Amino acid sequence: MADKSYAIFPKIPLGDGVEYIVDWIDTWFGWLLDAVNYILDIFVSAIQDLLLFIPSLIIILLFAAAGWYVTNRDWKMPVLIALGLLLIQNMRLWPEAMETLALVITAAFVALIIAIPTGIAASRNETVEQIVKPVLDFMQTMPSFVYLIPAVIFFGLGDVPGIIATVIFAMPPAIRLTNLGIRQVPRELNEVADSFGATPNQKLFKVQLPVALPTIMAGINQCIMLALSMTVIASMIGAGGLGLNVLIGIQRVDIGMGFEAGLAIVIIAIILDRLSQNLIKTGG
Amino acid sequence: MEDTDNDNKKIKLEVRNLVKVFGPKPEKALALLDEGKSKTEILEATQQNVALNNVSFDVYEGEIFVLMGLSGCGKSTLLRCLNRLVEPTSGSILVDGDNIPEMDEEELLNFRRHRVGMVFQSFALLPHRCILDNVAFPLEIQGISQEERHEKAEKAIGLVGLAGYENSLPSELSGGMQQRVGLARALAGDNDILLMDEAFSALDPLIRREMQDELLDLQERVNKTIIFVSHDLDEALKLGDRIALMKDGCVVQVGTAEDILTNPETKYVEKFVEDVDMAKVLSAKDVMKRPEPLVSVTSGPNNALHLMEEYGISSVFAVSKHRKYEGLILVDDATEAKKKGLGLEDIIKRDIPAVSPDTPVSEIMPLVADSAIPIPVLDDEGKIKGIIIKGSVLAALSRMEV
Repeated sequence: MADKSYAIFPKIPLGDGVEYIVDWIDTWFGWLLDAVNYILDIFVSAIQDLLLFIPSLIIILLFAAAGWYVTNRDWKMPVLIALGLLLIQNMRLWPEAMETLALVITAAFVALIIAIPTGIAASRNETVEQIVKPVLDFMQTMPSFVYLIPAVIFFGLGDVPGIIATVIFAMPPAIRLTNLGIRQVPRELNEVADSFGATPNQKLFKVQLPVALPTIMAGINQCIMLALSMTVIASMIGAGGLGLNVLIGIQRVDIGMGFEAGLAIVIIAIILDRLSQNLIKTGG
Repeated sequence: MEDTDNDNKKIKLEVRNLVKVFGPKPEKALALLDEGKSKTEILEATQQNVALNNVSFDVYEGEIFVLMGLSGCGKSTLLRCLNRLVEPTSGSILVDGDNIPEMDEEELLNFRRHRVGMVFQSFALLPHRCILDNVAFPLEIQGISQEERHEKAEKAIGLVGLAGYENSLPSELSGGMQQRVGLARALAGDNDILLMDEAFSALDPLIRREMQDELLDLQERVNKTIIFVSHDLDEALKLGDRIALMKDGCVVQVGTAEDILTNPETKYVEKFVEDVDMAKVLSAKDVMKRPEPLVSVTSGPNNALHLMEEYGISSVFAVSKHRKYEGLILVDDATEAKKKGLGLEDIIKRDIPAVSPDTPVSEIMPLVADSAIPIPVLDDEGKIKGIIIKGSVLAALSRMEV
């Protein structure tokens, strides 16, 4: 029963090491963290304020119009979008929904700003790819809750640490698919760029990125969806929005509240997914 | 005007001792090559692949030069060395005196932009751009204004017969049309040299033949120096002013289609060409006999009968001054005319099918197959250059099939 054989070797202090590194970063790069915190906070608040400032009916109309546009003037999608958003409004969850939307937009935006250049770099350089790949494996298999811990240590509680954890969680597929998309550009198309004397930048922007666009867009779609799912989890460290209602619902065993907030998340998820997927089909 | 004499032709592109070794340490393989080791020996000793082994040849200005060989012989690698899509390991490539392998990045960029164009096997059109913007792509790379590049692109599109398709997407066109776009794109920049990598191999046979004809037509108008890679001997023979036959990274023989067919320098070339359909390769001038005897159309039937008797034949061609072809006199008609006292003008048959010296034998065979009378070979001015009878066609074909 008391198998002590594992205790022959002293425990390697992996956890202590990570803690030490996190402390060290906090001490020496506190100013940087503060700056990031400050900028992200302004960013997310601005989007949130804007979304709440605009009357909800106008936002619903804008989303419906977007649906109409990406489906090449089909009427079904805008109607469903409008019905879904009206239901959220009817459940009196509109402010929370807009807060979640602001978090998703901010997190996805930051994630893509990092992910797409990283993906491009990985596609052009074997060494970069060999470094990035295991890091991505690590990021994707590490349970998402674990990201909440350093986020809290570095940024305290609130929206910003939620965004940071979300960014880390949502980035990998966008990096992978950008890398993959560019690497899958047929050899002869790359040769077209080279043989007519394109510079590396002309090759990237005129041939590789446009040809890889459908794959990159699939990565963007994945990034947005993961961001939405993570902003809900991020409510555990104080991020606001619909996730917070779900969390309260769990804590109070209030099934009605949990269900309503969950349903609102599903509606937003479907709308974001369909909009970004159809954007791929219409060619960006 | 174009010179037909080889000695007067200007050399456009001069390849000397070109070597390409695929592998991390080509120096070792190069040293072994200098020792005279073979490709397989080097592969065993160094694990490096010698793709091109001391290749040298010249390409004249304004000719279609075909690089021919089986897949894996290095012909595509060789083509890509010419614009350095593949970096040659050693050797020189002189284009108008400039050595391509020694160019720095900017010189190379300018060389690719202004002096050489390329057509690809899989067409390699940009799927997100319309035809006009695909053709204008090389010009866009050069930073030419949209107005000017569209104007030039439209001209190139017209040249390949695709006017009206400017706004279509590549996916809306058939394979043959897509490759026309590829051709127009290579022509848009008005570069002197055209590299064509198995350009028609992905097309089905009928379209391929059509495209070959059009390339020859187009070449008459644009007069580029074309280097054409092909694995299809029939295609090489049809298109190539000269052909370089490659094997295992070496050029085995360079010459005109006839040189290669009639004087194969090695067993390999011989083996390669033995399956060729000679009927497509040989033309009337290769199988015709000397135009003898001929009778003047102003002379009488007696003279004609005398000639036929002397040569043991049943018909004779009649000519006017300067061997201008008039028609055929048959022995029966001549005998009749002699009895009735008619002249040759009265009995001459003028509706005999005639061919030109360049008519391929494949087109002549049906004409001679079911008739006993010979066929005259006439030049552009209507002078008789030779005659073809069934026997000489068959003899020529069987002589080749040794």
